[in-house]
Amino acid sequence: MRAIEILGLEKIYNAGFWRRRSKRALRPLTLAVEEGEIFGFLGPNGAGKTTTLKILMGLVFPTSGSARILGMELDDPRMKGQIGFLPEQPYFYDHLTARELLRYYGQLSGVDATQLSHKVDAVLEQVRLSESANVQLRKFSKGMLQRAGIAQAILHDPKVVFLDEPMSGLDPMGRREVRNLIEDLKAKGKTVFFSTHILSDAEALCDRVAIINQGELRGVGAVAELTASVHGKVEIVWHGMSTPAGIRSMGAECHAAGDTMRVILPEENQDAALEALRREHLRVISVVPVRTSLEDYFVAQLGGPAKSEAVSARG
Amino acid sequence: MNSRILHIATNTFREAVRDRVLYNLIGFALLMSAAAVLVGQISIQIERLVVINLGLTAVSLFGIVIAIFIGIGLVSKEIDKRTLYTVLSRPVRRWEFIAGKFFGLSGTLVVNTFFMAIGVFAALAYVSHHFESSDVGILVALYFIVLQFVIITALALFFSSFSTPIFSAIFAFWLFVIGSFAQDLRNFAHMTHGLAHWLATGAAYLVPNFSALNVISQVAHGEPVPHRLILLNTAYVLVYSLAVLSGAVLIFERRNLK
Repeated sequence: MRAIEILGLEKIYNAGFWRRRSKRALRPLTLAVEEGEIFGFLGPNGAGKTTTLKILMGLVFPTSGSARILGMELDDPRMKGQIGFLPEQPYFYDHLTARELLRYYGQLSGVDATQLSHKVDAVLEQVRLSESANVQLRKFSKGMLQRAGIAQAILHDPKVVFLDEPMSGLDPMGRREVRNLIEDLKAKGKTVFFSTHILSDAEALCDRVAIINQGELRGVGAVAELTASVHGKVEIVWHGMSTPAGIRSMGAECHAAGDTMRVILPEENQDAALEALRREHLRVISVVPVRTSLEDYFVAQLGGPAKSEAVSARG
Repeated sequence: MNSRILHIATNTFREAVRDRVLYNLIGFALLMSAAAVLVGQISIQIERLVVINLGLTAVSLFGIVIAIFIGIGLVSKEIDKRTLYTVLSRPVRRWEFIAGKFFGLSGTLVVNTFFMAIGVFAALAYVSHHFESSDVGILVALYFIVLQFVIITALALFFSSFSTPIFSAIFAFWLFVIGSFAQDLRNFAHMTHGLAHWLATGAAYLVPNFSALNVISQVAHGEPVPHRLILLNTAYVLVYSLAVLSGAVLIFERRNLK
């Protein structure tokens, strides 16, 4: 069974005082996410990511189309008991302590009363908020609020977790923790659907990604597939500061970094370049084909020049 | 009451109780009761009348202010701060959220009224040194005041389900003012003819009849409140509040939470 199935979901908002101006936030979107996947929903700000998530959460009603989660309709309370949701830049009842907040959400999610305290303690430990469990949320930093947000999303052991910009506002350590948490969820067989515009996070975590821009789906697929296209170039890295003269004439782009040299050159010149390095007794560290990065693919789908193309154009 | 409504109501109650503004208003109401004692001391022979009148009016007015002040933000604040997102993404239906908010604030107002009523009775005991059998009427007046709060809470919630807090406050306050003259509006309707009669009659029955829920003066003069009025007022408030809440639910069920 598919975890998430979106069929032609469209949202048009009526704007203006008389509501006569219409704004299309989402063009008919069709998408499917398999169970157990980490699925990245990528797009620039205002692309329609949050609108899609809000529709899936039943907060906004679609103009047309439909969606099912775990095979159930969006307004089915049984389905809502099996999903978790972290909104973008979450804000919670700041009169509550972290423990009270999680107890409240646990009660609303129908967590068994005898299990609730244990589950709250466990999830507080998981997001490293145990020491702040009895502090009111109005005294929390942005990073702590984000962790509390993740805690409330996974407290009731949901099958599908929706995270809207989960790394937003986090420092590098916090981002790593969230990444680890998402990987833990996958290891437990959960489906994670998260929106982000931080491509490195998506590249590191996702099994598949979808790219959306101006409410329109621009591409979807496994990260490895999307980044599989090779530019016909190869990157060679070696130890040392010198570059054999022959390599420069092969149309190579040379970059020095510390005590290593890195060149990108046409694939057909790879053997000749390696031979030149051997003659100079330089120690080769790596030889890898240059692949399209997710960023290149993302920019290309958004209509801008890919980084590698831009580099070539400048060269 | 289902458990989700109960949990939302409990959270609403806890939020209101932890809100400092609420304590200020209670403090001010208690100050009013203290003022009633002072006025009572300088009002020869009519101390009881003045204390009951002023005390119950203070309870009513401050309760109304609390009901409007908190009620208008019950839904809009949750949307603005996006706290609603993590509630409605759970197995909570929108009508349950509205019902929970309503019971939570109504409960808060009942508790507040209880404490303010203690202030009134303390003031009364202070000026007259004893209670009379007719003072039972004060409890009825307090019950009617709570019924007023129930309607105001439902109205504030109704406006809050589609309007901004400022407009919600204006609408709720004006309905309270107009509703306090509902009986006069009905009398006026009897005196008019044609279209004006129908319009005035319609308006008179549409606005909440707060004048029927105000027996403060009657109670202060020691006059009994008929049992029939208690029964009718209870039924009226239940029906009226249910209708207003149904309207709030109908609007909120269709609202996009942008």
